[in-house]
Amino acid sequence: MYEKNGEKYFVVDSHMHYWNAAPDNWVAGAEQYAKGWIECFHAYQGLGPPETHWPIEKFQKYSEDDLMRDVFDEGHVDIAIFQPTYLTEWYKEGFNTTERNAALGEKHPGKFIANTRWDPRDGDAGLKELQANVERYGCRGVKLYTAEWRQGSRGWTLKDPEAYRYLDACQELGIKNIHVHKGPTIWPLDKDAFDVVDVDHAATDFPDLNFIVEHVGLPRIEDFCFMATQEPNVYAGLSVVIGGLMYARPRFFANVMGELLFWVGEDKMTFGSDYGIWEPKWQVEGFVDWDYPRDDAFADYPRVNAATKKKILGLNAAALYDIEVPPEFRLDAGEGKPAAREDATLAPQV
Amino acid sequence: MTATLTGVERVLAALARVRDPELDEPITSLGFVAGCTLSAEGVARVRLRLPTYFCAPNFAFLMVADAYDAVSATHGVRSTEVILEEHFAADAINHGVAARAGFARSFAGEAVGELDRLRADFLRKAVLAGTDQVCRLLLAAGIDAAELSSLRLGSVPASPALQRLRHRRAELGLPASDQDPLLIDPATGEPVLPDAAPLHLMRARTTRVSIDANTGVCRGMLRHRYPDRGLGEEE
Repeated sequence: MYEKNGEKYFVVDSHMHYWNAAPDNWVAGAEQYAKGWIECFHAYQGLGPPETHWPIEKFQKYSEDDLMRDVFDEGHVDIAIFQPTYLTEWYKEGFNTTERNAALGEKHPGKFIANTRWDPRDGDAGLKELQANVERYGCRGVKLYTAEWRQGSRGWTLKDPEAYRYLDACQELGIKNIHVHKGPTIWPLDKDAFDVVDVDHAATDFPDLNFIVEHVGLPRIEDFCFMATQEPNVYAGLSVVIGGLMYARPRFFANVMGELLFWVGEDKMTFGSDYGIWEPKWQVEGFVDWDYPRDDAFADYPRVNAATKKKILGLNAAALYDIEVPPEFRLDAGEGKPAAREDATLAPQV
Repeated sequence: MTATLTGVERVLAALARVRDPELDEPITSLGFVAGCTLSAEGVARVRLRLPTYFCAPNFAFLMVADAYDAVSATHGVRSTEVILEEHFAADAINHGVAARAGFARSFAGEAVGELDRLRADFLRKAVLAGTDQVCRLLLAAGIDAAELSSLRLGSVPASPALQRLRHRRAELGLPASDQDPLLIDPATGEPVLPDAAPLHLMRARTTRVSIDANTGVCRGMLRHRYPDRGLGEEE
């Protein structure tokens, strides 16, 4: 929790990691990718305040103590949601798998929610693994990478019939939240991995599922916005938006937030630190203090207040994941309903 | 010596006409040109760099290929070598461009023509973003959206933003003469009607914000990776 000026914020970090990308986990023959990947992540950290930068050695493999301190003791986070990233082609035990995340979660009851993942190219075996993960770890969300290369395949889309089998399975297994990575490059080649049109199709055909577009479709924020305004079950995952822009490019950050608040709405935006890329402390504190620059260029955007920030920092994600929020953190009457699907009525139909 | 310097300047000027298709900025001003030499024998050597090891290889290929073509066509250049450095697909891209193999042949199994569509797709975004840059000034001067839809390109006050917008439209084969409307659908070239103008301008604004934000992230990443400035880099 975080308190400022008498306002109390319940913080759900809806996008974070516990990875091992140190040389002891690199696959022989794929070292350059394993090294390139973590150095790329490390460069993203460079967009945060200098006093929060880590040396590459720590960044490759931070400890459980680092994480518990950075996220919970100092980072104001109440509940953190693990989003796994496998990358087993380069990392022997994976980058941060469901198992690795859940093992940490089991040591700290009540602190974490462990999401899992699937890839439709895994066929029937993948469906079994999904079911096993749900039974073993109680997963209620998944993180998907549509752009991942695999044995000659250069990615997949949520529109694929194989993906629909998995989305059906999610509904049967009680998974509600589909986090889709639509953002900075993973592995896109000529398949346009940034394209969000597949989310549009799936969101229409699976109205009971929530689709959280992580990194808001960067570099195609506009495509995401025009799609999200028409789909009541599409949400904006703010990881990278706050971490990558709020400190480094404050005017661009204000513009992006203004666009998202206009098209998507404050009930459908969720905070994610993307830890260990960025620590949540400066993001939470900075966002609570944030407002648009005093400038006519921002006058047309929806205004923000404490209720807006309470929703974005935690109440929206809490609603998506059925997290019980203590009464002192809830909104007052008239301040809206977190994660309400009927939001975004401000925006015109495109 | 003077002649050599002038030659390098010509090569750099050629590189300044190569744009990052995603960000719609010259690769020089973005800081992507790490080195550029021209020998007395007319051998041009260019080194390019990108913000991350995993920058999208499709865009990277376009930039390396465009740089190769631009430098090769420069007066005084007899042979050209363009090398993309420190990128996961550098070998495939460098060899493919040097062998004039094209993207599809450099990356076996890729669909032919998809890269051209991607380039056009982002060029249409550049047209929308450019529309916002031109129209923002006019809106601030009190002209409303419906009025903007009746304006012709020739009646808009000249500015670098307007010139850029017309260039982008012409590249896509969209109407770009003095008599053509300021507001057009970037996919079809059809005029935007007064009723549709407010929404069109909102979309243009969001597109410009998206490109700006993406450029901001890329510049920040590049600076972290390479503290030294690139040739011709501008903030």
